[in-house]
Amino acid sequence: MTWDWGAVADFMPYFWDGLWVTLQILVFGSLISFVLGLVWALLMRTPTRWVTWPVGAVTEFIRNTPLLVQLFFLFYVLPEWGITFSAMTTGVFAIGLHYSTYTMQVYRAGIEAVPVGQWEAATALNLPLRRTWTVVILPQAVRRVVPALGNYVISMLKDTPLLMAITVLEMLGQARLFAQQNFQFTEPLTVIGVAFIVISYLASLALRALERRLVH
Amino acid sequence: MTSGLWERVLDGVWVTIQLLVLSALLATAVSFVVGIARTHRLWIVRFLAGFYTEVFRGTSALVMIFWVFFVLPPAFGWQLVPLWAGTLALGLTYGAYGSEIVRGALAAVDPAQREGGIALSFTPWQRMKLILLPQAVPEMIPPFSNLLIELLKGTALVSVMGMGDLAFSANLVRLALQESAEIYTYILLIYFVIAFLLTRSMRGLEKKLKAGVGKAPKKKAADVRVPEGSGVS
Repeated sequence: MTWDWGAVADFMPYFWDGLWVTLQILVFGSLISFVLGLVWALLMRTPTRWVTWPVGAVTEFIRNTPLLVQLFFLFYVLPEWGITFSAMTTGVFAIGLHYSTYTMQVYRAGIEAVPVGQWEAATALNLPLRRTWTVVILPQAVRRVVPALGNYVISMLKDTPLLMAITVLEMLGQARLFAQQNFQFTEPLTVIGVAFIVISYLASLALRALERRLVH
Repeated sequence: MTSGLWERVLDGVWVTIQLLVLSALLATAVSFVVGIARTHRLWIVRFLAGFYTEVFRGTSALVMIFWVFFVLPPAFGWQLVPLWAGTLALGLTYGAYGSEIVRGALAAVDPAQREGGIALSFTPWQRMKLILLPQAVPEMIPPFSNLLIELLKGTALVSVMGMGDLAFSANLVRLALQESAEIYTYILLIYFVIAFLLTRSMRGLEKKLKAGVGKAPKKKAADVRVPEGSGVS
């Protein structure tokens, strides 16, 4: 096994570019998944099954099919329908949509965990539905689900390399490009592998600290 | 779509199923070995098993696939057939997730059961085989079922390496027809059907195993991905 530190040094500038793109995907993807997930969770609570059934079926479908194929679907099919986005935008939307079907479950559990007494108190105070949700239920529900949402952010980090398949140059994309141009595969791939382990380990430590603070 | 193209898709389904079965077997073996090792008496065994879990859970499955395809051959001087390389990468990665399930389920068995085993002077191996596992395994089925769906979705990653699985066949058809909407819809549907069948059979398995230890299954399996940071509940 030959290890060439020179190749590592040559790769580092590209690595930082890739890391920056990966973090952008992660931040925007998470935001989309947090917002869309909440929308799905709220729609699932509407009383009519004309809403809950389609939303349930679509999210179930998205959750049970591979993100990679969904990425290709959006990347190749949307332009056929006359909608064109950059690969990056498509990728961020796809990953956010995919994970929203997971965060929706998290929100649902959080909302169900709010004690019934809180609902009854809101009714007794004659709060309109909108205020019941925004000042009573959601603040309590969201606080409970932050750790679970954080776990999905870490999962999402590990799915960001999939965007390489639709030409986004995130960490793995940069590593592959560098490897193909220089015929050195070992160093860039190992560097990004270690980077993923380090980032997700640090993130899980941060999450555990956050969890402790929220509990008390 | 012509029948020739459908044949490509069927070949893809076959490769995906082979890969799914092989990597699920490897992942199960890894899950149990590493998960049980994490309850071992010796700290060094627990530490090594925990280290394995952190490393393989920490990295991305796709990065692991690249690593197995491109770094292992020059490092060790041999190259795996793509199917086995994919199996190795997926099995090791998802096995690390599975080991958390095994560890969590073992820890959830009532401590009195283990103590009873000690009082009856069972050896540690007998305790594991006769007391702990029969009670822990039925509890593992719902999270393993979710993990199996994740693994099915993970098999699509090997198409990036040019392996002719279901996702790859979609690409072939797209290039042949110069049209994507139809084939990608079919491919997504096929994945969904496979996932549905897997969920169903895992639910049947859970029922059977729970009946074996005198427990009724819960009405609906929790439909969330295995949480990471904290142990699996």
